[in-house]
Amino acid sequence: MNNSSVFLTTFLASAVEVIEMVIIVVGVGTVRGWRSTWLGAGAGLAVLAVIVLAAGTALAAVPIGALRLVIGSLLLVFGLQWFRKGIRRVSANGFRGMGGRSASADGIPDQGVDWIAFVLSFKGVLLEGVEIALIVISFGATAHAFPTAVLGAAAAVLFIAGLGLLVRGVVERIPRSALQLVVGTLLSSFGTFWAVEGLGLAWPGGDGAILALVAWYVLAAAGYVRLLQRHTGRLVLQNAG
Amino acid sequence: MTVASIHRVGTMGLRWLKGFGRFWYRFIIGDDWTVAATVVVALLVTELLRLANVAAWWLPPLAAVAAVGASLRRIN
Repeated sequence: MNNSSVFLTTFLASAVEVIEMVIIVVGVGTVRGWRSTWLGAGAGLAVLAVIVLAAGTALAAVPIGALRLVIGSLLLVFGLQWFRKGIRRVSANGFRGMGGRSASADGIPDQGVDWIAFVLSFKGVLLEGVEIALIVISFGATAHAFPTAVLGAAAAVLFIAGLGLLVRGVVERIPRSALQLVVGTLLSSFGTFWAVEGLGLAWPGGDGAILALVAWYVLAAAGYVRLLQRHTGRLVLQNAG
Repeated sequence: MTVASIHRVGTMGLRWLKGFGRFWYRFIIGDDWTVAATVVVALLVTELLRLANVAAWWLPPLAAVAAVGASLRRIN
Protein backbone atom coordinates (compact mmCIF):
# COMPACT_ATOMS: atom_id res chain seq x y z
CA MET A 1 0.00 0.00 0.00
CA ASN A 2 1.56 3.37 -1.00
CA ASN A 3 0.98 6.64 0.85
CA SER A 4 -1.79 7.97 -1.39
CA SER A 5 -3.78 4.72 -1.16
CA VAL A 6 -3.34 4.71 2.65
CA PHE A 7 -4.63 8.32 2.70
CA LEU A 8 -7.62 7.54 0.47
CA THR A 9 -8.56 4.31 2.30
CA THR A 10 -8.31 5.93 5.73
CA PHE A 11 -10.21 8.99 4.49
CA LEU A 12 -13.10 6.90 3.11
CA ALA A 13 -13.28 4.47 6.05
CA SER A 14 -13.17 7.36 8.56
CA ALA A 15 -15.71 9.37 6.55
CA VAL A 16 -18.35 6.66 7.14
CA GLU A 17 -17.81 6.94 10.91
CA VAL A 18 -17.69 10.76 10.87
CA ILE A 19 -20.99 10.89 8.94
CA GLU A 20 -22.63 8.85 11.74
CA MET A 21 -21.06 11.14 14.38
CA VAL A 22 -22.17 14.34 12.60
CA ILE A 23 -25.73 13.04 12.03
CA ILE A 24 -26.11 12.40 15.78
CA VAL A 25 -24.60 15.74 16.85
CA VAL A 26 -26.57 17.82 14.29
CA GLY A 27 -29.82 15.94 15.01
CA VAL A 28 -29.53 16.20 18.79
CA GLY A 29 -28.39 19.84 18.63
CA THR A 30 -31.33 20.82 16.44
CA VAL A 31 -33.90 19.07 18.65
CA ARG A 32 -32.47 19.82 22.14
CA GLY A 33 -30.38 22.99 21.59
CA TRP A 34 -26.73 23.49 20.77
CA ARG A 35 -24.98 24.51 24.01
CA SER A 36 -25.26 21.16 25.81
CA THR A 37 -24.78 19.26 22.55
CA TRP A 38 -21.44 21.03 21.93
CA LEU A 39 -20.47 20.46 25.57
CA GLY A 40 -21.18 16.73 25.16
CA ALA A 41 -19.27 16.58 21.86
CA GLY A 42 -16.35 18.46 23.42
CA ALA A 43 -16.30 16.17 26.45
CA GLY A 44 -16.43 13.13 24.12
CA LEU A 45 -13.45 14.48 22.14
CA ALA A 46 -11.54 15.23 25.36
CA VAL A 47 -12.09 11.71 26.74
CA LEU A 48 -11.15 10.29 23.33
CA ALA A 49 -7.93 12.35 23.28
CA VAL A 50 -7.01 11.10 26.77
CA ILE A 51 -7.72 7.47 25.77
CA VAL A 52 -5.70 7.78 22.52
CA LEU A 53 -2.77 9.51 24.25
CA ALA A 54 -2.76 7.06 27.17
CA ALA A 55 -3.26 3.86 25.19
CA GLY A 56 -1.54 4.68 21.88
CA THR A 57 -1.45 1.63 19.64
CA ALA A 58 -2.65 -0.49 22.60
CA LEU A 59 -6.05 1.04 21.77
CA ALA A 60 -6.48 -1.90 19.40
CA ALA A 61 -7.09 -3.98 22.55
CA VAL A 62 -10.15 -1.89 23.53
CA PRO A 63 -13.21 -4.20 23.75
CA ILE A 64 -14.97 -2.39 20.92
CA GLY A 65 -17.74 -5.04 20.83
CA ALA A 66 -18.77 -4.33 24.43
CA LEU A 67 -18.58 -0.55 23.78
CA ARG A 68 -20.81 -0.92 20.70
CA LEU A 69 -23.30 -3.10 22.61
CA VAL A 70 -23.63 -0.70 25.57
CA ILE A 71 -23.76 2.54 23.54
CA GLY A 72 -25.92 0.96 20.82
CA SER A 73 -28.47 -0.39 23.34
CA LEU A 74 -28.69 2.99 25.12
CA LEU A 75 -29.10 4.87 21.82
CA LEU A 76 -31.73 2.36 20.70
CA VAL A 77 -33.92 2.59 23.84
CA PHE A 78 -33.64 6.40 23.86
CA GLY A 79 -34.10 6.70 20.07
CA LEU A 80 -37.29 4.63 20.29
CA GLN A 81 -38.72 7.14 22.81
CA TRP A 82 -38.26 9.99 20.31
CA PHE A 83 -39.42 7.71 17.48
CA ARG A 84 -42.68 7.03 19.34
CA LYS A 85 -43.21 10.69 20.40
CA GLY A 86 -42.44 11.83 16.84
CA ILE A 87 -45.02 9.41 15.40
CA ARG A 88 -47.67 10.75 17.82
CA ARG A 89 -46.85 14.39 17.03
CA VAL A 90 -46.75 13.93 13.26
CA SER A 91 -50.02 11.98 13.35
CA ALA A 92 -51.61 14.79 15.40
CA ASN A 93 -50.05 17.87 13.72
CA GLY A 94 -48.83 16.62 10.36
CA PHE A 95 -45.64 18.34 9.24
CA ARG A 96 -46.83 21.76 10.36
CA GLY A 97 -44.75 21.83 13.53
CA MET A 98 -45.73 21.78 17.14
CA GLY A 99 -48.13 24.70 17.35
CA GLY A 100 -46.09 26.90 19.66
CA ARG A 101 -44.88 24.28 22.12
CA SER A 102 -42.02 25.73 24.11
CA ALA A 103 -38.67 24.09 24.66
CA SER A 104 -39.43 23.67 28.36
CA ALA A 105 -42.54 21.65 27.42
CA ASP A 106 -40.13 19.08 25.99
CA GLY A 107 -38.27 18.90 29.30
CA ILE A 108 -35.35 20.94 27.99
CA PRO A 109 -34.00 23.06 30.88
CA ASP A 110 -33.86 26.82 30.26
CA GLN A 111 -30.65 27.09 32.30
CA GLY A 112 -27.76 24.78 33.07
CA VAL A 113 -26.79 21.65 31.17
CA ASP A 114 -29.37 19.57 29.27
CA TRP A 115 -27.95 16.17 30.20
CA ILE A 116 -29.98 14.31 27.56
CA ALA A 117 -28.30 16.33 24.78
CA PHE A 118 -24.93 16.08 26.54
CA VAL A 119 -25.01 12.28 26.95
CA LEU A 120 -26.32 11.56 23.43
CA SER A 121 -23.70 13.78 21.83
CA PHE A 122 -20.91 12.52 24.14
CA LYS A 123 -21.64 8.85 23.35
CA GLY A 124 -21.91 9.42 19.61
CA VAL A 125 -18.60 11.29 19.46
CA LEU A 126 -16.77 8.87 21.79
CA LEU A 127 -17.85 5.65 20.04
CA GLU A 128 -17.26 6.98 16.53
CA GLY A 129 -13.99 8.59 17.66
CA VAL A 130 -12.72 5.26 19.02
CA GLU A 131 -13.71 3.58 15.74
CA ILE A 132 -11.83 6.22 13.73
CA ALA A 133 -8.77 5.76 15.98
CA LEU A 134 -8.97 1.98 15.37
CA ILE A 135 -9.14 2.59 11.60
CA VAL A 136 -6.05 4.81 11.79
CA ILE A 137 -4.18 2.22 13.88
CA SER A 138 -5.07 -0.73 11.66
CA PHE A 139 -4.33 0.99 8.31
CA GLY A 140 -1.34 2.88 9.71
CA ALA A 141 0.20 -0.26 11.21
CA THR A 142 -0.48 -2.46 8.17
CA ALA A 143 1.14 0.00 5.75
CA HIS A 144 3.74 1.36 8.22
CA ALA A 145 2.37 4.85 7.41
CA PHE A 146 0.90 6.27 10.62
CA PRO A 147 1.28 9.99 9.72
CA THR A 148 -0.53 9.46 6.39
CA ALA A 149 -3.31 7.47 8.08
CA VAL A 150 -3.74 10.22 10.71
CA LEU A 151 -3.87 12.85 7.92
CA GLY A 152 -6.51 10.82 6.02
CA ALA A 153 -8.71 10.55 9.11
CA ALA A 154 -8.21 14.23 10.04
CA ALA A 155 -9.16 15.28 6.50
CA ALA A 156 -12.34 13.18 6.72
CA VAL A 157 -13.27 14.74 10.10
CA LEU A 158 -12.70 18.31 8.81
CA PHE A 159 -14.50 17.71 5.50
CA ILE A 160 -17.60 15.95 6.90
CA ALA A 161 -17.83 18.19 10.00
CA GLY A 162 -17.69 21.22 7.65
CA LEU A 163 -20.52 19.74 5.57
CA GLY A 164 -22.44 19.12 8.82
CA LEU A 165 -22.12 22.79 9.78
CA LEU A 166 -23.38 23.78 6.31
CA VAL A 167 -26.48 21.54 6.47
CA ARG A 168 -27.26 22.64 10.07
CA GLY A 169 -29.33 25.56 8.78
CA VAL A 170 -31.34 23.29 6.47
CA VAL A 171 -32.01 20.77 9.28
CA GLU A 172 -33.16 23.59 11.60
CA ARG A 173 -35.89 24.52 9.09
CA ILE A 174 -37.56 21.09 9.45
CA PRO A 175 -40.69 21.34 11.68
CA ARG A 176 -39.91 20.23 15.23
CA SER A 177 -42.50 17.45 15.29
CA ALA A 178 -41.09 15.89 12.13
CA LEU A 179 -37.52 16.53 13.28
CA GLN A 180 -38.02 14.54 16.47
CA LEU A 181 -39.29 11.64 14.34
CA VAL A 182 -36.35 11.99 11.91
CA VAL A 183 -33.74 12.04 14.71
CA GLY A 184 -35.55 9.26 16.60
CA THR A 185 -35.45 7.17 13.41
CA LEU A 186 -31.71 7.82 12.97
CA LEU A 187 -30.83 7.13 16.64
CA SER A 188 -32.90 3.91 16.56
CA SER A 189 -31.21 2.83 13.32
CA PHE A 190 -27.66 3.49 14.56
CA GLY A 191 -28.52 2.02 17.97
CA THR A 192 -29.87 -1.19 16.41
CA PHE A 193 -26.85 -1.45 14.12
CA TRP A 194 -24.26 -1.02 16.89
CA ALA A 195 -26.06 -3.18 19.47
CA VAL A 196 -26.28 -6.13 17.05
CA GLU A 197 -22.67 -5.62 15.91
CA GLY A 198 -21.69 -5.49 19.58
CA LEU A 199 -23.17 -8.96 20.03
CA GLY A 200 -20.68 -10.16 17.44
CA LEU A 201 -23.14 -10.56 14.58
CA ALA A 202 -22.31 -9.27 11.09
CA TRP A 203 -24.98 -7.32 9.23
CA PRO A 204 -25.66 -8.42 5.66
CA GLY A 205 -24.19 -5.66 3.48
CA GLY A 206 -21.91 -4.29 6.23
CA ASP A 207 -22.33 -0.55 6.91
CA GLY A 208 -24.93 -0.41 4.10
CA ALA A 209 -27.31 -2.15 6.51
CA ILE A 210 -27.73 1.22 8.29
CA LEU A 211 -29.60 2.50 5.21
CA ALA A 212 -31.84 -0.59 5.24
CA LEU A 213 -32.53 -0.03 8.96
CA VAL A 214 -33.40 3.64 8.32
CA ALA A 215 -35.78 2.52 5.55
CA TRP A 216 -37.32 -0.07 7.91
CA TYR A 217 -37.98 2.48 10.68
CA VAL A 218 -39.28 5.07 8.16
CA LEU A 219 -41.74 2.51 6.75
CA ALA A 220 -42.86 1.55 10.26
CA ALA A 221 -43.30 5.23 11.21
CA ALA A 222 -45.34 5.93 8.06
CA GLY A 223 -47.55 2.92 8.81
CA TYR A 224 -48.11 3.92 12.45
CA VAL A 225 -48.81 7.59 11.54
CA ARG A 226 -51.43 6.44 9.04
CA LEU A 227 -53.03 4.06 11.56
CA LEU A 228 -53.15 6.75 14.28
CA GLN A 229 -54.63 9.33 11.90
CA ARG A 230 -57.30 6.83 10.79
CA HIS A 231 -58.05 6.02 14.45
CA THR A 232 -58.35 9.74 15.35
CA GLY A 233 -60.58 10.33 12.30
CA ARG A 234 -62.91 7.51 13.41
CA LEU A 235 -63.11 8.98 16.94
CA VAL A 236 -63.99 12.44 15.54
CA LEU A 237 -66.73 10.92 13.37
CA GLN A 238 -68.13 8.95 16.35
CA ASN A 239 -68.18 12.10 18.53
CA ALA A 240 -69.85 14.12 15.75
CA GLY A 241 -72.44 11.39 15.28
CA MET B 1 -16.06 19.17 60.26
CA THR B 2 -19.19 19.91 62.30
CA VAL B 3 -22.25 17.68 62.43
CA ALA B 4 -24.21 20.31 60.52
CA SER B 5 -21.73 20.41 57.63
CA ILE B 6 -21.59 16.60 57.47
CA HIS B 7 -25.39 16.60 57.31
CA ARG B 8 -25.34 19.25 54.55
CA VAL B 9 -22.81 17.28 52.47
CA GLY B 10 -24.87 14.10 52.99
CA THR B 11 -28.07 15.84 51.87
CA MET B 12 -26.34 17.28 48.80
CA GLY B 13 -24.90 13.86 47.94
CA LEU B 14 -28.29 12.22 48.30
CA ARG B 15 -29.92 14.88 46.12
CA TRP B 16 -27.23 14.38 43.47
CA LEU B 17 -27.71 10.60 43.57
CA LYS B 18 -31.49 11.01 43.23
CA GLY B 19 -31.03 13.37 40.27
CA PHE B 20 -28.54 10.97 38.68
CA GLY B 21 -30.92 8.04 39.09
CA ARG B 22 -33.85 10.07 37.78
CA PHE B 23 -31.85 11.11 34.70
CA TRP B 24 -30.92 7.54 33.77
CA TYR B 25 -34.48 6.34 34.47
CA ARG B 26 -35.81 9.01 32.08
CA PHE B 27 -33.08 8.24 29.55
CA ILE B 28 -33.58 4.46 29.48
CA ILE B 29 -37.15 3.81 30.62
CA GLY B 30 -38.93 7.06 29.67
CA ASP B 31 -42.71 7.01 30.02
CA ASP B 32 -43.18 3.40 28.89
CA TRP B 33 -40.92 0.73 30.41
CA THR B 34 -42.19 -1.99 28.06
CA VAL B 35 -40.24 -0.58 25.08
CA ALA B 36 -36.87 -0.71 26.91
CA ALA B 37 -37.74 -4.14 28.37
CA THR B 38 -38.59 -5.51 24.91
CA VAL B 39 -35.28 -4.23 23.52
CA VAL B 40 -33.32 -5.88 26.37
CA VAL B 41 -35.17 -9.20 25.95
CA ALA B 42 -34.73 -9.07 22.15
CA LEU B 43 -30.96 -8.51 22.53
CA LEU B 44 -30.72 -11.37 25.05
CA VAL B 45 -32.61 -13.73 22.74
CA THR B 46 -30.42 -12.58 19.80
CA GLU B 47 -27.31 -13.44 21.86
CA LEU B 48 -28.74 -16.86 22.81
CA LEU B 49 -29.54 -17.56 19.15
CA ARG B 50 -26.01 -16.46 18.18
CA LEU B 51 -24.60 -18.98 20.66
CA ALA B 52 -26.75 -21.58 18.89
CA ASN B 53 -25.19 -20.45 15.57
CA VAL B 54 -28.30 -18.59 14.38
CA ALA B 55 -27.60 -15.10 13.02
CA ALA B 56 -30.77 -13.38 14.26
CA TRP B 57 -29.73 -9.81 13.29
CA TRP B 58 -33.31 -9.27 12.13
CA LEU B 59 -34.80 -9.80 15.62
CA PRO B 60 -33.93 -6.48 17.41
CA PRO B 61 -35.33 -4.17 14.66
CA LEU B 62 -38.45 -6.34 14.40
CA ALA B 63 -38.95 -6.36 18.19
CA ALA B 64 -38.28 -2.59 18.44
CA VAL B 65 -40.95 -1.72 15.89
CA ALA B 66 -43.41 -4.19 17.46
CA ALA B 67 -42.78 -2.72 20.94
CA VAL B 68 -43.41 0.84 19.67
CA GLY B 69 -46.62 -0.33 17.95
CA ALA B 70 -47.88 -1.99 21.15
CA SER B 71 -47.00 1.12 23.17
CA LEU B 72 -48.84 3.42 20.72
CA ARG B 73 -51.85 1.11 20.80
CA ARG B 74 -51.96 1.26 24.63
CA ILE B 75 -51.66 5.06 24.74
CA ASN B 76 -54.37 5.59 22.14
